[in-house]
Amino acid sequence: MASPASSPTRLLYDVRVRAVLYQVVAVALVVGVGFYLFGNVSRKLAEQNIATGFAYLDRPAGFVISQSFIAYDSGNSYARALLVGIFNTIWVSVFAVVLSTTMGLIVGIARLSRNPMLSLLALLYVEALRNVPLLLYLFLWYALIIGVFPPVREAWQPLPEVFLSNGGLIVPSLRWSGAHSAVLAAAIAGVVMAFVVAGVFRRRRMESGRSQTVWPFVLAALLAPPLLAVLIAQPDFVVNWPERGRFRITGGVQVTPEFTALLVGLGLSASAGIAEIVRAGILSVGRGQWEASRSVGLRDRQTMRLVVLPQALRVIVPPLTSSYLSTFKNSSLAIAIGYPDLVMVSNTTMNQTGQAIEGIAIFMLVYLTMSIAISLFMNWYNARVALVER
Amino acid sequence: MNLTIKTWATLGLLAAASAVFASPAYAQATLDAVKKRGKILCGVSPSSAGYSYADDKGVRKGFDSDVCRAVSSAVFGAPDKVEFVPLNTNIRFQALQSGEIDVLSRQTTMTFSRDNSLGLDFGPVVFYDGQGLMVNSKLGVKSASELSQAAICLLPGTTTLQNLEDYFKPRGIKYESVVFEDNNEWRNAFFSGRCDVITTDRSDLASVRAVANDPKQFVILPETISKEPLAPVVRQNDSNWKDIVSWSVYTLIAAEEYGITQANVDEKLQSKEPEVQRMLGVSGDLGKMLNLDNKWAYNIIKQNGNYGELFERSLGEKTPLGLTRGPNQLWTKGGLLYSPPFR
Repeated sequence: MASPASSPTRLLYDVRVRAVLYQVVAVALVVGVGFYLFGNVSRKLAEQNIATGFAYLDRPAGFVISQSFIAYDSGNSYARALLVGIFNTIWVSVFAVVLSTTMGLIVGIARLSRNPMLSLLALLYVEALRNVPLLLYLFLWYALIIGVFPPVREAWQPLPEVFLSNGGLIVPSLRWSGAHSAVLAAAIAGVVMAFVVAGVFRRRRMESGRSQTVWPFVLAALLAPPLLAVLIAQPDFVVNWPERGRFRITGGVQVTPEFTALLVGLGLSASAGIAEIVRAGILSVGRGQWEASRSVGLRDRQTMRLVVLPQALRVIVPPLTSSYLSTFKNSSLAIAIGYPDLVMVSNTTMNQTGQAIEGIAIFMLVYLTMSIAISLFMNWYNARVALVER
Repeated sequence: MNLTIKTWATLGLLAAASAVFASPAYAQATLDAVKKRGKILCGVSPSSAGYSYADDKGVRKGFDSDVCRAVSSAVFGAPDKVEFVPLNTNIRFQALQSGEIDVLSRQTTMTFSRDNSLGLDFGPVVFYDGQGLMVNSKLGVKSASELSQAAICLLPGTTTLQNLEDYFKPRGIKYESVVFEDNNEWRNAFFSGRCDVITTDRSDLASVRAVANDPKQFVILPETISKEPLAPVVRQNDSNWKDIVSWSVYTLIAAEEYGITQANVDEKLQSKEPEVQRMLGVSGDLGKMLNLDNKWAYNIIKQNGNYGELFERSLGEKTPLGLTRGPNQLWTKGGLLYSPPFR
C-alpha cells in the first residue's frame, strides 16, 4: 500500500507542496509574459525598420560633457559617455546625502530645542523646504546663483587666485598624477586604520576595565600611511593657477553653478525630511530614559549621545534609507538646470541614436542597481545599530 | 517638459506599446484612417515663435502649423481639420512611429541616420536652416574662430551638440558646453552671462533674440556651422500618404513660382498654361492619382496661400522674427526651393 504522501493526488493537497507550486506558477507566468513582450517588441521594431540592440554603445559619442572624472572626449564611445554620466550622478548624490544628513541632524535637534526662537526657525525651515516641489527649488537656486553672482569677466576675488562668478567657483589646483592618487589611497587607508586601532583599544578597555591614553596611537595610524606614501612616491607640487582668458577663467578647479544649485537643492530639500525623521526618532525614546540617565549623573549631552541617540537610531535608520534613495533618484532632475548627469547623457545618446528603449533600459538598470546597493548598505548599518534584545 | 524621467518613461511605454499592440498595417492606411477620423493629427512645437505657437485666442499659428493646414486643405478641402499635438524634441519621432500623429511638422532636420534607422520618411525640405552662434555684442567677437574657452549654452535632443563638436574639434577649439532641457533656463543662462555663446538653428536664434530685453545687444555670428534642412516627416511604407504630404508642399512652392496667390487663384483657373491647369484641377486628374479630390491644390492655395505668403506671414521681415528669404527663395531667384513639374 502506497504511503499517503507519495500519491500524486494526495500530494496536491499538501500545504507545503501547494505553496511551492503556486510560486513556480507565478514565476513562470511573470517570466513568460516578460519573454513574450520582449520578443514581440523586438519583432515589431524590426518590422518597422527601427534599429535595435546595444551595438551603438561602441560607436563614438561625438559630443562633449563639461564635467568628467574619467578621461573622456568626444571621440570616446557612447558607453564611456554613459559611464561619465553615472559618475557625475554618484558624485552629486554623495555630496547631497552628506549635506542633507548634517543639516537634517542639526535642524531636527533644533526643532526640539527649549529655545522658542530656535525651534520656530527650525520649523519654518522644515515647512518651507518640505512643501514646495524640488524642481521649483532647483530653478530658484540656479536663478539665484546666475543672477546674484557677476559674469565671469567681472568675477569677484574674495582671496587672491580665487574667483567667484556665475561661471562657478574657481580655485587653484594641484597638477594631478599617479603619485597623487597613491597618496590619496594611502590617506583613505589611514582613516580605515585609525578606526581599526580605535576599535581595538575600545575592546581592550571594555575587557580590562582600565582606561588608557588612545589618541597618539590613533593619530599615528591616521597619518603614517599618507606620510609614507609621500616619501615613497614623491609627488611633485605643481600648482595649476587660474588665469583670466578672454571668455572664461582657465586652469584651477571649477565648481560649476549647475553642480552647486543641484547640490544645494537636493541637500536642503532632503534635509527637511531628515530633520523630521530625526525629531521623530528622538521623541520615540521615552521620557523615562532621560530621567533615568540624569539620575545616574549623566549630563544632557552625554544622555543624548550615549542613551537617547543609540535608541533613536533604530527608528531613524529605516526612513533615512528611503530619504537617501529619493535623493539619489531625484538627482535626475539635474537636466533641468544643465548638470551633466546620467539622464542628460542618456538623453543626448537616445536623441542621437534614436534608440529610446535601450537607453531607458540602461538607465533604469543603473538606478535600480545603485538603489539596491544603497538599500543593502543601509540594511547592514541598521542591523548593526539596532538594539540587541536581551 | 522638465520631468525628464517621466517623459522618457512615457515615451518608452509608448514605443513599447506601439510595438506590441499597433499592427504595422501602415501601408496605404494613413489616408483611410485620417478620412475616417475626420481630421489630421499633426505634431508641432509646443511654443516656437514663428513656427508653431498658440496665439492669445488659443489658435495655433506659424509656418509649421500652416504646412499641416495645407495638407488638411488637400485632404478635406478645409484647412481646419487638423488637431495639433505639441511635442518636445525628445518624443517627436516615437509619437510618429506609434501612430499618435499622422505627420510631424516640427522644425525637424533631415539626416541620414534619422531617415534610415527610425522607420520614418522625410518629405520635401520646407526650410533650409543652419546652426548659428549668437553672442553678446559687448564681447566684440567677430567670428566663431575666436571662441576658444567660451561657455556655450545649448538644448539637448537635437543635432546641435554634435554639430558643435564636428565644427570646433578639427579647429582645435575647446569650450565648455552647458546643456539645458528647459528653453527658459537655457535662454536665461545666456542672458545672465552664464554662457558667452548660445547656439541653435539660425531661425531659432532669431526667436531667442526677439524675446530679449534689448535685442540689439546680441549679434549672430556669420558662420553657419551645419546644414539643417527642416522637413515634414511621415511613417515609412505608406507612399500614398507620403506623396500627399510631399505634393502639398510642392504645391505651395510651385504656386509661388507660377505667381498663383491666395488672392488671384480664382482668376488663375482661367489660365492658359497647361501646367497651371493641371495643378488647379481644371484639366487632367492629378488629384485622383493621389486618391484626393481634383481641386486639392486649388484648395491648398485658396485656403492657405503660396510658400511666399506662408513665409512672410510667420517668419518674414514684417514679423518679430524678421527673417529674410535667404536660401529659402525660389530657384528662379537664386534660392534652393524647387518643385518637380506637375504633369
